[in-house]
Amino acid sequence: MAHEKNHDYHILNPSLWPFLSALGAFILLFGSVLFMHGGSVFIAALGLLVVLYCMFAWWSDVVFESKDGDHTPVVQIGLRYGVIMFITSEVMFFLAWFWTFFKHALYPMEAVGGVWPPTGIETFDPWHLPLINTLILLCSGAAATWAHHAIAHENDRKGLENGLILAIGLGALFTVFQIYEYTHASFSFSGNIYGASFFMATGFHGFHVLIGTIFLLVCLIRAKKGHFSPEKHIGFEAAAWYWHFVDVVWLFLFAAIYIWGA
Amino acid sequence: MVDVTDQISHEHEKKNFFTRWFMSTNHKDIGILYIFTAALLGFIAVAFTVYMRLELMEPGVQYMTNADGEPNGHMWNVLITGHGVLMMFFVVIPALFGGFGNYFMPLMIGAPDMAFPRMNNLSYWLYVAGSSLAICSLLAPGGNGQLGSGVGWVLYAPLSTSEQGMSMDLAIFAIHLSGASSILSAINMITTFLNMRAPGMTLHKTPLFPWSIVVTAFLILLSLPVLAGAITMLLTDRNFGTTFFDPAGGGDPVLYQHLLWFFGHPEVYMIVIPGFGIVSHVISTFSKKPVFGYLPMVYAMIAIGALGFVVWAHHMYTVGMSVTQQAYFMLATMVIAVPTGIKIFSWIATMWGGSVEFKTPMLWSIGFLFLFTVGGVTGIVLSQAGIDRAYHDTYYVVAHFHYVMSLGAVFCIFAGIYYWIGKMSGRQYPEWAGKLHFWTMFIGSNITFFPQHFLGRQGMPRRYIDYPEQFALWNYVSSIGAFISFGSFIFFFGIIFYTLMWGRRLTEEAYWGKHADTLEWTLPNPPPEHTFETLPTRDMWESKSTSH
Repeated sequence: MAHEKNHDYHILNPSLWPFLSALGAFILLFGSVLFMHGGSVFIAALGLLVVLYCMFAWWSDVVFESKDGDHTPVVQIGLRYGVIMFITSEVMFFLAWFWTFFKHALYPMEAVGGVWPPTGIETFDPWHLPLINTLILLCSGAAATWAHHAIAHENDRKGLENGLILAIGLGALFTVFQIYEYTHASFSFSGNIYGASFFMATGFHGFHVLIGTIFLLVCLIRAKKGHFSPEKHIGFEAAAWYWHFVDVVWLFLFAAIYIWGA
Repeated sequence: MVDVTDQISHEHEKKNFFTRWFMSTNHKDIGILYIFTAALLGFIAVAFTVYMRLELMEPGVQYMTNADGEPNGHMWNVLITGHGVLMMFFVVIPALFGGFGNYFMPLMIGAPDMAFPRMNNLSYWLYVAGSSLAICSLLAPGGNGQLGSGVGWVLYAPLSTSEQGMSMDLAIFAIHLSGASSILSAINMITTFLNMRAPGMTLHKTPLFPWSIVVTAFLILLSLPVLAGAITMLLTDRNFGTTFFDPAGGGDPVLYQHLLWFFGHPEVYMIVIPGFGIVSHVISTFSKKPVFGYLPMVYAMIAIGALGFVVWAHHMYTVGMSVTQQAYFMLATMVIAVPTGIKIFSWIATMWGGSVEFKTPMLWSIGFLFLFTVGGVTGIVLSQAGIDRAYHDTYYVVAHFHYVMSLGAVFCIFAGIYYWIGKMSGRQYPEWAGKLHFWTMFIGSNITFFPQHFLGRQGMPRRYIDYPEQFALWNYVSSIGAFISFGSFIFFFGIIFYTLMWGRRLTEEAYWGKHADTLEWTLPNPPPEHTFETLPTRDMWESKSTSH
């Protein structure tokens, strides 16, 4: 049958990446279970490697398809919807951690003395490093917006690159400060509810900062290669949205856990 | 038409087996993969229950024993957990949402494929990876020095945080993967629905099945990430010493129940709402009338979905909530009866004055209507916090949710299969066999579950391997029903095998007549590999749409 495509949607060729990604995920998780029960970390690491390789190969394909012009205006709208939905699901993921935090902060159990923060827990002073980190992340978000403006309204590639470099640098600085803060915590991850909810909530946020930083870094490389134009820069737009989402989550963490919860 | 089908199969032959089924980016192929995988896992999950009903047939423990003849309660718990986890995460949603949703939602809105065809395949394979982990969990070292974990599908702490061995961790990761698969699928469905409807097909003109899929997708998108968080807490509690659910470290096991049911209640709607969509089309087709009250049907589904998020604690009336909280959750739960009633009465009104033809899909749909209503009514009973004190964790609850899910959602799956198998395979099932399957299943499942209401009222608790003498009669009856249902289920696999191999070839596109008038009925049986390469025009669906 003749395959005359009379529409603007994107019909894809068969691809090995989905199958391989799922296989990698299976190996990663199976290996992690073995690792948690005293086995070697080797299998989990292998799985992770497969997953990371698939991510790289898959998204490379997406970039090539974009260059080939497969991402017509209607496909671009779809990609935007997809990113918005993905971020929505991430918001709901953080809801679980906030739920845990607020439950324990509003209704502390007897074992922690019935107060929050629990007796014996020395919390961080929010107006030192956490405040600086807040400002760093907000500046980073502003830099990402600058980069967005530069490409979208002025077709200024230099501005895009500079904005991205600044955003990435500040993002990395945030991570470094966060690691510094973790190493100076007076409470531990295990054995008490404060440490558990603090480290899991801020830890997952930190993980998302890391992902966002890498996402922006990939955009910087792509910007240098001239992939983005004022009309078409979905990849960067997704990274910027993601970065702002990470920003907003931090503001809530800062307000709830660092200020209110102390 | 015949030569078209020939060309199609020829087209498929050009791809080798691995490319077609492992590297697919085709929504129809992926939908078929979903249905077959769900059927396989469904068979395993049903086989578990047959073994359990065999054990429950008479008081005392006859079959599930250790080598020394002592009752093996752990094995019982593992089977009940396996049945729940498989059915909730790996059978019904993959069949209805992943299978029919993938295959028919794009067709009904006239889209050439899903919005993200490659990610669609990732959803499928993550589902396979997740179900493989779930099977591994059943076979891995678990609690009590035996295999598997026996904590119930809800994985309540502290049972799940103290269960020994790898099995529990494998189950947690299985649910993580299933969740990731569903979320990606939901993103895909929503984007397809919003972005790829045929020219002129506004939201208020989109058929009911695509609507049901998109409502389900929103439920998945908003509730599964919360579950992912909750089971991550289980994982760190088990392996890394956190105390989210351990009161000794300031945690709270009731928190787990809240997080679980914040997902768990929308979950039961994810299971049944796609069924609502299928049943609407089937009833309209075989009543030879458009669906009564199309718009109220759409908004009722949206209302059910939205209300599903604010009623979760009615699963936890006995954990010690304040009376005010219980009163709220009771009221909110009862409100759901309003949109559900709108749907039930609209289906009845669709049949009213129609020229009703009792073909197999219609039988399943009417069966669904009747049994789902029974399950809905017992749901109203259970929503009463006071009455629930007596019924909580009894067989009354078991009967209730099996009427809603087993006799509700699963009947919808069967309705969908008989309605569309001709479209998907190009071959028609034998009508008498479909009807026999329906009647044996209808009778069998009612004999199984109706007496469980009595057992619950007598006070028999759920999840036990044994029971006192006074519960013997209705347990015996219930087991007989389970065997009839299982026989019927085996017969169903026979029908499918026969149909796919030797079933009568269908040449007419709309083989159910002109009242089956959504866009999939404009395509050959089976549809070509790529459909709607020229987008459908308004006249192909609008003037005769079921929705008006």
